[in-house]
Amino acid sequence: MATDYVIAKQVSKHFGHQQVLNQIDLTLPAGMIYGLIGPSGAGKTTLIKSILGMEAVDSGTVKVMDTVMPNRAVMAQVGYMAQSDALYETLTARENLTLFGQLMSVPKIKLAQMIDYAAGLVDLTSQLDKRVSGYSGGMKRRLSLAIALIQDPQLLILDEPTVGIDPELRQQIWTELNKLKDTGKSMLVTTHVMDEAERCDYLMLIRHGIALAEGTPAALKQQYAVDTIEQVFLKAGRMQDANDGNR
Amino acid sequence: MRTMAIVRRVFKQMLRDKRTLALMFLAPLLIMTLMYFLFQNNTTQVASLGVHHVDQSVVNVIDTKNVTIHHYDSSQARKMIKQHDLDGYLTQKNGQLMITYSNSNPTNTSLIKASLQSGLVKLKMKTLVTVTKKQRAALESQQAALKKLTAAQTQATVTKLKTAIAQAQARGDQATAEKLQKQLKQATATTSSSTQSAKATSYTTKSHYIYGSSDSTFFESFLPAFLGFFVFFFVFLISGVSLLNERTTGTLSRLLATPIRRSEIIMGYLIGYGGFAIIQTVLTVVFTITVFKIHLVGSIWLVFLTNLLLALVALTLGIFISTFANSEFQMIQFIPLIVVPQIFFAGLVPVDGMASWLQAIAHIMPLYYGANAMTAVVTKGAGLGDIGVNLLILVGFMVVLTMLNIVGMKRYRKV
Repeated sequence: MATDYVIAKQVSKHFGHQQVLNQIDLTLPAGMIYGLIGPSGAGKTTLIKSILGMEAVDSGTVKVMDTVMPNRAVMAQVGYMAQSDALYETLTARENLTLFGQLMSVPKIKLAQMIDYAAGLVDLTSQLDKRVSGYSGGMKRRLSLAIALIQDPQLLILDEPTVGIDPELRQQIWTELNKLKDTGKSMLVTTHVMDEAERCDYLMLIRHGIALAEGTPAALKQQYAVDTIEQVFLKAGRMQDANDGNR
Repeated sequence: MRTMAIVRRVFKQMLRDKRTLALMFLAPLLIMTLMYFLFQNNTTQVASLGVHHVDQSVVNVIDTKNVTIHHYDSSQARKMIKQHDLDGYLTQKNGQLMITYSNSNPTNTSLIKASLQSGLVKLKMKTLVTVTKKQRAALESQQAALKKLTAAQTQATVTKLKTAIAQAQARGDQATAEKLQKQLKQATATTSSSTQSAKATSYTTKSHYIYGSSDSTFFESFLPAFLGFFVFFFVFLISGVSLLNERTTGTLSRLLATPIRRSEIIMGYLIGYGGFAIIQTVLTVVFTITVFKIHLVGSIWLVFLTNLLLALVALTLGIFISTFANSEFQMIQFIPLIVVPQIFFAGLVPVDGMASWLQAIAHIMPLYYGANAMTAVVTKGAGLGDIGVNLLILVGFMVVLTMLNIVGMKRYRKV
């Protein structure tokens, strides 16, 4: 179906002896915020990089925009925000945005307008001509998000987007993400902040490379008979450990 | 075009990094200047020699331009050398000269050795000259006596012949008279020829130089190799470290999350840093030629071309090597391994005289080809045809390393 932006089937991956991803299925339709939650080292970033085609999978297939990954051309349609702020510190924010805009094939006439739009979204308009080396951690995070938005992509893949951002701005960003969603865009977001998980339309819990549970936040809470996603996560984790022990 | 976006970024980053710019452009000039003065003044080396009980005639002939002589009252050479910090100690026992070298500085040892040897040769010559002088005097007196004798003899013959001619003419015998006249001429001729003394031929040397002039110094002969080395070293370091930074800060991985081709990134680097390498080359070459008045025999454009190729090899090599380093410190560790050995094969030591396995190593060093080409152009005026093979090999290095770099980036993205 053309409305599914991402379709991953039975994706497995291991580094050395360690199984990082174990037969993960993931389908991301248009107009949805999909949350990946799990502790660090669970395999969230590896899953994201596999979807982007930057990491080769051992088995299984990934399709983005109906194209089998890895595929270089499709990357222009995906806005990506890495877990670490990969920014050129000696350049200004505007120069960083310009560079990635050019790499993403944003037309020259549209570029200035897109920079204003993306910077406005993350509240960096007044700081655009400052060098990134003078930015705070939160500002760098916001600039990374602006770079992901520079080509106005239909699909956004955001790895821990709100780490180091103050609550007020985080609120603002989520409002923006929801607005983007309403225009038909989809987002794949990793987080380990549980109240953020509640804002997602659909959640997947990953632990030790295995998809423990998935569903809407409400459905998950009901399934595990608890009040918060945090409790869902803890309960699912304990059940996984118990199962491993029984083996 | 994505490559140009990378090029623009490289330029902006470099221009803002004033320290790196200064290192790239000013450090070679500084080192060149230092080397220029170092190698200009290497003739004023003076060794100190202690002397004890040596014939004055020997001491007199030792060249005092490079050796200063101190007289001491002890025959214990070892002790005196240590005590007075001498380079050598000369003593005499009967007719035997004994010299002890400190040898802590081999240059000074050879200075003393050379001046002592030439001094002794001079001394021998002197005694030889006095002996020959005596012989010559004896010979001359003998010759004078002989001359007197022959002169008297000819005189007698001449008068005899003259009277015979007169008699013949009186008789009217013209034929005999002419015959005798001839004999007379011969007789007088022999006397005049014997007075011509043999002149000794003395040889003088006039030197001609095919390349350079009598002012050519150590500095001039190694300058082309060093020019190549500087470009190689700085470009290797800067490109390697900057790609390493891209890797460690995650920007490389981030770049590869865009539709950019891996080859576009590498090309962007080649053009961007290659541009700075060109500026560096032009600056260094023009500086050495104008300030040090270095005589450039060949074409300056060939110098630039060779240096540019060398820079591009260094660039691709730096990028390639940086994939094996995890930090700037580890990148620096590759300098003694990868860069420094190259200078030994750049012409400082003639490669032809090396062991065959060392020659084999020389032929895998890019700087060997680059420096050879540079030296040929600068000192011998070689043309493109002469250094074409070297340049092609450099291009080969560059192409292979570029391919490896493009393939190597598959680590960060599969396509």
